[in-house]
Amino acid sequence: MSPLDFFGWLEDSSWSVGLHESRYAYPIIESVHVWAMAVFFGSVAMFDLRLLGLIMRKAPVPEVVGRLLPWTIAAFIVMVVTGTLLFFAIPLRSYQNIFFRGKMLLMLLAGLNVWIFHSRVYPKVPTADVAGAPPRAAKVAGVLSLALWTGIVFSGRMIAYNWFDCDRQPQPGIVNFLTSCVPDE
Amino acid sequence: MSLLPFFQWCYQTPVGEGIRDSTWLFPVIEAFHLLGLGLTVGAVLIVDLRLLGLGLIKQPVAQLAAAVHPWLLGSLSLMFASGIPLFAAEAVKCYYSFPFWVKMTSLLLVLFFTFAVRRRLTLTGVTAQRPLLGRAAALVSLCLWFGVAWGGRWIGFS
Repeated sequence: MSPLDFFGWLEDSSWSVGLHESRYAYPIIESVHVWAMAVFFGSVAMFDLRLLGLIMRKAPVPEVVGRLLPWTIAAFIVMVVTGTLLFFAIPLRSYQNIFFRGKMLLMLLAGLNVWIFHSRVYPKVPTADVAGAPPRAAKVAGVLSLALWTGIVFSGRMIAYNWFDCDRQPQPGIVNFLTSCVPDE
Repeated sequence: MSLLPFFQWCYQTPVGEGIRDSTWLFPVIEAFHLLGLGLTVGAVLIVDLRLLGLGLIKQPVAQLAAAVHPWLLGSLSLMFASGIPLFAAEAVKCYYSFPFWVKMTSLLLVLFFTFAVRRRLTLTGVTAQRPLLGRAAALVSLCLWFGVAWGGRWIGFS
């Protein structure tokens, strides 16, 4: 079974159709997704700005991590749960959506950035570094994080628009390639 | 006096018309609006979580409030700079939208509360002696901001 068949089958399932056509469930899930995004992006941005030494320089980085990260993680879990439901409501179209694909790619890169930061960079950020800015590698991680999450918010917003959808042909060949569209002859 | 003529005027401005005529302008401005929302919530949460005894509790409230203040002003500017054109593009729809009025009412209240009340509480350090006052202020701030966010999201559904 190809991914296209699988998501097509999912799209025809009664649960998916029910969620998609629900009067309240879909908008509520979408709203919770956006509000969780605000908490997530807000806490990430505040942490990144601290890493760059732009705000709260008197608060040691480990303290900011310890006190802020639980909120970031909680908001992220809410986003993943609601995001999965939103995908489940419109699976095939989302799977073939160019912005959805871009968003997933950027999320992979953002995840890589988080992993490298916490495994390689963060252990070297001195605990006693109260007033100063963290080392350069930490600043790079902060800039990358801000850029990637900004791109993710952007592409997430654009998923709703159908400019490059498969049923809107003709599209340039590259678009149909990137969205796995097979336009009818 | 009805505000409808003013809303109609906004709708007919070149800004409103230009955004309606463009395919991608509205979504792109919307994305900036969302980024502004995230930054605003971040700057608000740093102070409100601290007031609730949940955030950076080892840092003095006044210091945190001062640190994020420029970022709060900056992100609010981004919200206004993106929100006003979005409003102009669909001003007439907004006039008849209940969520829009919820948002504007909450926004006026929260701006007044943030800059006239909460800012004074945080900068004087009075919440250190009276933590309950700080908690109450944080709850009021968060509830009002949620009113803004609820209305903002729901304008799109109406």
